[in-house]
Amino acid sequence: MSAAIRIQQVSKCFGNVQALDGIDLEVQRGEFFGLLGPNGAGKTTLISALAGLVRADAGSLSVMGHDVQSDYRAARRHLGVVPQELVFDPFFTVRESLRIQSGYFDMGDNDAWIDEILENLGLASKANANMRMLSGGMKRRVLVAQALVHRPPVIVLDEPTAGVDVELRQTLWHFIRRLNEAGHTIVLTTHYLEEAENLCTRIAMLQAGRVVALDTTANLLRRFSVHSLRLRTNGVMPVELTREGTKNGGWWSLPFDGFDEVEPLLARIRAAGCRIDDLEIGKPDLEEVFVRVMQGQPRGQLN
Amino acid sequence: MRYGGFSTLLYKEVLRFWKVGSQTVGAPVLTALLYLLIFSHVMEGHVKVHGVIYTAFLIPGLVMMSVLQNAFANSSSSLIQSKVTGNIVFVLLPPISYLEFFAAYVLASVVRGLVVGAGVLFATFWFAPLTFAEPGWILVFALMGGAILGSLGVIAGIWADKFDQLAAFQNFLIMPLTFLSGVFYSINSLPPFWQQVSHWNPVFYMIDGFRHGFFGVSDASPWLSLAVVGTCLAVLTVLTLNLLKSGYKLRA
Ligand SMILES: Nc1ncnc2c1ncn2[C@@H]1O[C@H](COP(=O)(O)OP(=O)(O)O)[C@@H](O)[C@H]1O
Ligand SMILES: [Mg+2]
Repeated sequence: MSAAIRIQQVSKCFGNVQALDGIDLEVQRGEFFGLLGPNGAGKTTLISALAGLVRADAGSLSVMGHDVQSDYRAARRHLGVVPQELVFDPFFTVRESLRIQSGYFDMGDNDAWIDEILENLGLASKANANMRMLSGGMKRRVLVAQALVHRPPVIVLDEPTAGVDVELRQTLWHFIRRLNEAGHTIVLTTHYLEEAENLCTRIAMLQAGRVVALDTTANLLRRFSVHSLRLRTNGVMPVELTREGTKNGGWWSLPFDGFDEVEPLLARIRAAGCRIDDLEIGKPDLEEVFVRVMQGQPRGQLN
Repeated sequence: MRYGGFSTLLYKEVLRFWKVGSQTVGAPVLTALLYLLIFSHVMEGHVKVHGVIYTAFLIPGLVMMSVLQNAFANSSSSLIQSKVTGNIVFVLLPPISYLEFFAAYVLASVVRGLVVGAGVLFATFWFAPLTFAEPGWILVFALMGGAILGSLGVIAGIWADKFDQLAAFQNFLIMPLTFLSGVFYSINSLPPFWQQVSHWNPVFYMIDGFRHGFFGVSDASPWLSLAVVGTCLAVLTVLTLNLLKSGYKLRA
């Protein structure tokens, strides 16, 4: 069975900016995949190349086994893209926009599905409102709805939650999760790393047009991040521990690998005559992984 | 609601101008009516052209000028607006071929041109005795002229990055070509030099052929006009299709 998305040796230059530099990436069917990277890393360009909005200089891309150039009709029919920019057509109402988008994809009478999308995205009451009248958050919902009208098996969302309120984020992720459970492949870019950590089973990190990390979220957390003991003490920390750890705002942070290391650590602090006022266990998080990957640092060097 | 990429895009483009009909249909009809009132008042009684009283001669010219200008305005303004606002992605993401894209935008332009043209005809034909000597020519030249200007509008809308670039295209190319084409006069009344110049203006043949359909007489033979206009349409179609196929300014 062909992969949901296959990207092979894809490069793209804009003038003398190398936006994509030999990207190789494969997303399997049913995955919830995260595409992370700082601004300008090439995420949007990669998505645009996949959607046929940008033509790659080299390499090939396919959606569900359909090449995005030579078999563009099938490729686009299998792909739903939520663009990063908040765009809309001011001439139409929400329902008109969705019906028109359905028509572009040869969907026939699609009103039942359109109603379901509207309901799930909390847009039902705005169905007959003109696009111009909607708030930014509502416009964002319509963009998501437009990407879904043709029931694409592969859904790509380019920073769908940028500048969006908590309620929409929750509505959106609830719905996208359900689509994923129903078998849709999801690719997501976001700057909210917590979001990516919770949602994505696998993650690629892009930097300057290259893939600099690619693994399951669990493996990335394991490889690049560690647990740490975070504590506030009354007294002087043992010197050898201050070398291992870092201090930030009155809190010491001491990295450890396994939970069986916790007791000896505490014992050493106690033995040094230090009283512990406050204590918590810091879990590995994707933000730390991200920072390390972007700085090209191995684990354990930075907190 | 109809379905399929081409028919939906056509439907959307027609709906788009229809929703703001007072600007896209009403305003140009009113403008043409004003031209008629002013020019016929000034000129009536002074000239007869091809044995036709001036006001009657003027009406087909105004109708065709409206068809052409509005066909151009439709595709060009739709495309530039979509590009500037970014909603052009809605037609670039679906499986719509460049042929369907071309056909839908050009046909919608023709529809807008014909709707405005019919409006102008309806608003003006009370003012002078008008005949429909060879109606086939009326339709042929209206359709072909609309398609040519619709294609030009696609090219201009894709080429222009900003509204003022489009306005320049309109003011320095489309307006002179349509005004200096015998809308308001027979080119036989011009000095020989300007007659020669007019014969190089394809819009002259569109209007002359169109007018022939009303009166059965014209400056040039309608067959010559058909050949010129047909050639223009073929050349522009090929040009526009190649532009769209290349992805110029649409697919980076
Ligand atoms: N249409 C374009 N023309 C010129 N440069 C572009 C264009 N699109 C993107 N770029 C450049 O390509 C690089 C990658 O941009 P982008 O893909 O938008 O990054 P990201 O989405 O990861 O923030 C940036 O340096 C950006 O300025
Ligand atoms: Mg981006």
